[in-house]
Amino acid sequence: MRHVISILVDNEPGVLSRVSGLFSGRGFNIESLNVAETLDSSISRMTLVTRGNDQIIEQIIKQLNKLVNVIKVLDLTGSDYVDREMALIKVIAEASTRAEVLRTVDIFRGRVVDVSPKSYTLEITGDDKKIQAVIDLLSPIGIMEIVRTGTVAIARARKEKPPGGEKPEKESES
Amino acid sequence: MKKTGAEILLESLKQEGVDTIFGYPGGAVLTIYDTLLKYSEEIRHILVRHEQGAVHAADGYARSSGKVGVCLVTSGPGATNTVTGIATAYMDSVPVVILTGQVPTMLIGNDAFQEADIVGITRPCTKHNYLVKDVKELAWTIKQAFHLAKTGRPGPILVDLPKDVIADATEFSYPAKIKMRSYNPTYQGHPGQIKRAMKFIAKAQKPLIYAGGGVILSNASKELTSLAQKFSIPVTTTLMGMGGFPGTHPLFLGMVGMHGTFQSNMAITHCDLLLAIGARFDDRVTGKVQSFSPHSQKIHIDIDPTSISKNVPVDIPIVGDAKNVLKLMLKLSEEEPAQDWPKLRADWLKRISDWAHSSPLIYKSGPCIKPQFVIKKINEITDEIANGDVIITTEVGQNQMWTAQFFTFTKPRTLITSGGLGTMGYGFPAAIGAQVAFPEKTIIDIAGDGSLQMNIQELATAVQYHLPVKVAVLNNHCLGMVRQWQQLFFQQRYAHTIFEVVPDFVKLAEAYGAVGLRATKPEEVEPVIREALSISRPVIMDFVVDPHECVYPMVPAGAALTEMLLV
Repeated sequence: MRHVISILVDNEPGVLSRVSGLFSGRGFNIESLNVAETLDSSISRMTLVTRGNDQIIEQIIKQLNKLVNVIKVLDLTGSDYVDREMALIKVIAEASTRAEVLRTVDIFRGRVVDVSPKSYTLEITGDDKKIQAVIDLLSPIGIMEIVRTGTVAIARARKEKPPGGEKPEKESES
Repeated sequence: MKKTGAEILLESLKQEGVDTIFGYPGGAVLTIYDTLLKYSEEIRHILVRHEQGAVHAADGYARSSGKVGVCLVTSGPGATNTVTGIATAYMDSVPVVILTGQVPTMLIGNDAFQEADIVGITRPCTKHNYLVKDVKELAWTIKQAFHLAKTGRPGPILVDLPKDVIADATEFSYPAKIKMRSYNPTYQGHPGQIKRAMKFIAKAQKPLIYAGGGVILSNASKELTSLAQKFSIPVTTTLMGMGGFPGTHPLFLGMVGMHGTFQSNMAITHCDLLLAIGARFDDRVTGKVQSFSPHSQKIHIDIDPTSISKNVPVDIPIVGDAKNVLKLMLKLSEEEPAQDWPKLRADWLKRISDWAHSSPLIYKSGPCIKPQFVIKKINEITDEIANGDVIITTEVGQNQMWTAQFFTFTKPRTLITSGGLGTMGYGFPAAIGAQVAFPEKTIIDIAGDGSLQMNIQELATAVQYHLPVKVAVLNNHCLGMVRQWQQLFFQQRYAHTIFEVVPDFVKLAEAYGAVGLRATKPEEVEPVIREALSISRPVIMDFVVDPHECVYPMVPAGAALTEMLLV
């Protein structure tokens, strides 16, 4: 099963290598990995997409927690979260297809970010299914190059009081 | 007043209570060595003959004493030579701090002379490692390194020290306390889980304790013994757990696993409750996982959450320090109504003793010296002469397994062996480390002729520092364990396991300035051991043993524990 794991780590050289080394060394797979600084510049957030059965995911989370530079690990899968990916797609756009490309971009609420006589470069944002749908539609026209960011994800804020009068989680992460 | 990096390093080590360093100098650490001269009253440096020996010695020092072992080597090849030692310490959770020299920060990444990315190389085999880029970070880094090495599940920490950082100067103050937001091991087990575990124990008909190295690391032997006795639960240990429970105790079943005793492997297969303490269900213990202890409910106490349910799913996980958890278990057990446990367990214990009697550990005597006989004799004679106050190290292979089978370990930290990584050449430098920690104790490395040759150069170290380490070579002129596998599983095709040339260990010992003794007949074994133990210098005892002897019982790799090959 696909899991989106959000990891807060010390923003230090070598931390990415510790995490990726853990995955390669133990035979876990990484589908995508994103790293960027948080509001606190001493902390980075990694959003990692992986696959595995429950036992493997449990090991992945435990092993990540064991790394000295890992501050917090959250498996977003199973909870309510929003995930997004961005793709930059350079697509062949000649006289006969230019209009169709633009229509497709419009439908998916994408943007054209670069134009040349023979191509458009498009920016598409969405979850991985949406990106895939765009790719599927544009492929017959001719994709010259594609760059994808991989998934970033964030837990949804709670909208209602949880049952039982329990206090909402106070934890605010940077 | 400002201090140089080298001074800060050594002051920090002093603050951590370090009085011994095992090391080997070189270009990148010259300043540290020069400064070390000034500290020679407080910090003793043991000059090894190969950097691998330095780490193993620091490791043997740590395992025998419970303190953090420290070693110091130069950059590049000095650092890469430590890798096997680091991986050994990592697999067996040994607190060691490895200080490596590094080329000046300006040159890092330039393929400079004797440059190696040792932090990159050792990332997967250290608990954590550091490259110190600024002298201002040095004291704090050393503090963290020691803190990480000895807390939680212990392990090796490497600190890489560029030459310019060591030469640079700054104000020195050693942090009194350290707080790390991302590192906070769990010491106290969850009380609810522990209560549940106690209920399981009270209900069990056929319980078994399976204890590992964690019992020794957390100094929980006393608590383990009390718990086993209180509930009349038989105990089997892993190789790393030997000595964690007294080998003379009637509830002790011997080692479990590939070369474990018949009764241990049968008991673990047939028990209805398995209480794993500080053990990690290693493949050498479980055999075929699918048929491992199939009828039992499992309780697992371990300080490292990743060890729990990694190989074998457990019913009650308890993350915590073994000593704390066992203490709480003992306390809770006092609140329970007293029961006649020995009587309630009588059937189960009878069944186990039947297994023990049906297939005990045995070997056949013959005209040649049997390696098992040598080990039994060492056990007998050290019991008599040294009153059992002996530390045994082993190399890896048959010598190691026979030691586990035929030597009775009654106290923790008396068997020092490379369990997880199985590092040949470990035992001798580790014995040197143990002897440095305990100059008065009898330290014996039970070795094979293959393993001993992997770090034989350390004999010079033993002689130089008057460390009266004894080495008992079970000399079969081959790589015994590999040869055994070839005999059993490769139709006796002995591909490159027979040594056509083996040095004369007696002459070799003499060449180094040590003493060499030899026994070629069974009746010579005892006199040789007695003579060796009476000499206060390093001695190599060359026991020319039967090369055809195999270690039994044996569970073939990948087979179930019940599929043991017996003698």
